Amino acid sequence: MSFQVNKIREDFPILDQLVYKHKLVYFDNAATTQKPRQVIDAVKYYYEHDNCNIHRGVHFLSQRATGVFEDTRSEIKQFINAASPAEIIFTKGTTESINLVAHSFGKKFLSPGDEILISVLEHHSNFVPWQEICKEQGAILKFIPLDNRGDIDMEVYKTLLNEKTRLVAIAHSSNVLGAVNPVAEIIRLAHLQNIPVLVDGAQAIAHLPVDVQKLDCDFYCFSGHKMYAPMGIGVLYGKEKWLEEMPPYQTGGEMIQDVFFDHTTFNELPYKFEAGTPNVEGVYGLREAIHYLQKINMNEFGEYEKQLVDYTLDKFSRIKGLKVIGNPRERAGLISFLLEGIHPYDAGTLIDKMGIAVRTGHHCAMPLMEYLKIPGTIRASYSFYNTFEEIDRLAEALETVKKIVG
Amino acid sequence: MTIKETEEQLISEFSMFEDPLEKDSYLIELGKSLPLIHDEYKAETYLISGCQSRVWLHAEYHDGKIIFTADSDALVPKGIISILVRIFSGHSPDEILNADMDFIDKIGLREHLSPTRSNGLSHMIKQMKLYALAFQAREKLSSSGNQ
Repeated sequence: MSFQVNKIREDFPILDQLVYKHKLVYFDNAATTQKPRQVIDAVKYYYEHDNCNIHRGVHFLSQRATGVFEDTRSEIKQFINAASPAEIIFTKGTTESINLVAHSFGKKFLSPGDEILISVLEHHSNFVPWQEICKEQGAILKFIPLDNRGDIDMEVYKTLLNEKTRLVAIAHSSNVLGAVNPVAEIIRLAHLQNIPVLVDGAQAIAHLPVDVQKLDCDFYCFSGHKMYAPMGIGVLYGKEKWLEEMPPYQTGGEMIQDVFFDHTTFNELPYKFEAGTPNVEGVYGLREAIHYLQKINMNEFGEYEKQLVDYTLDKFSRIKGLKVIGNPRERAGLISFLLEGIHPYDAGTLIDKMGIAVRTGHHCAMPLMEYLKIPGTIRASYSFYNTFEEIDRLAEALETVKKIVG
Repeated sequence: MTIKETEEQLISEFSMFEDPLEKDSYLIELGKSLPLIHDEYKAETYLISGCQSRVWLHAEYHDGKIIFTADSDALVPKGIISILVRIFSGHSPDEILNADMDFIDKIGLREHLSPTRSNGLSHMIKQMKLYALAFQAREKLSSSGNQ
């Protein structure tokens, strides 16, 4: 294996510990990834050297921290290939990014009878904000179904696009099934009818190279904490033409130009959408996370993660009674499955006692569970710091669970 | 057997296991002896709210004592509720309300106690104590009505 996983693991101090006297196996990366020492150090560095409020301060520290903050915006622009740093809005995370668009876009462009189109596999964060804004504006939320494999049904999708559709919101890859959705084609088809598309990139950003101009998406949302950065920092990318037209999401400090007793004028992009003191430590961490991903080379670790998934599917095919949920054409870093006759909660609880962290339950996608008619799944989600030996341990643990419960 | 005595008994049973996996396996075993709830009570009304597995709990009041029955579609929660049923069932509302819960720590089930943990122990205890509170109130009301 050319990929130096053991060397990489040394960068993640948390991995080197015992859980219930077993070496920790962390397979809950789709929930949040662990942080490399470089990211942890960057946050520490910020508080030891640069801490201050940014943008407004004329003093040295403020200018230095503002410099890092704005440089990071430019680095993110490069990282996802946006056209301008003004298109990069810092948020708390994917959830806030989507809420921002649902609220601001929805208030401006949604009228009674209009339609928003999402898929049945969306995470609650790309589901509930649309449900709520549709309710408020009298619009209708429509759903793209899945085909037998668990992929987006593109034929049905085409028929759902119409003159009433105001926006399509779709996950780049599914947090439950692992399916990478054909977002480029989804966007192309929507654009034929001048319909903008929001891509929820929370699950994709740490696994796939993202080029927003090549995708031609109108909005792209992701969270820092799922890409090795701290929690509480995320990004909304939006095409300038949309962001210019959309009203502010929240109001207050930072986002204003002038405030009078009877009215307020708003700041230019991207500040119009960044009310209040931002998460500066998060931005320091996010910058280092991007450096880290660039250093270890996305193409190389993408291939390695694919090998981990293929290895798991092969191992799982030999475990009697194990059913993998969904068989997507393309997968990004995770597998959901069930053990016949065993509740996912029991499996997760017992696996935990063997030192293995997986996620069980509905994975914040209750409509998808209803659609698939299952109570939940067990999900193993990977990072480039996971190993084939860890997958062997999971397979052994599942056999043990079967013995205990069976 | 008093609540305290049952608790002591459980502490001694669980002290046999050092490995947390064995402890969970024993929980699952205990779940199998749970007095099964009547099918009609395996309904929405009797669910203890949670999101990962379903736990149904029913209580009846006879001669000053509460009789609990329960079930779950998952085995670990079933084991946990079976412990609570063993401790509380057949006792008066006062005894249940006054029972201290130290035993949870002593048998190493604290991990199940987190209020955010789905179908956690704390939800189950709360629901049982709520039943006790309701029966106690009803008792007081009827005794004051008799005077």
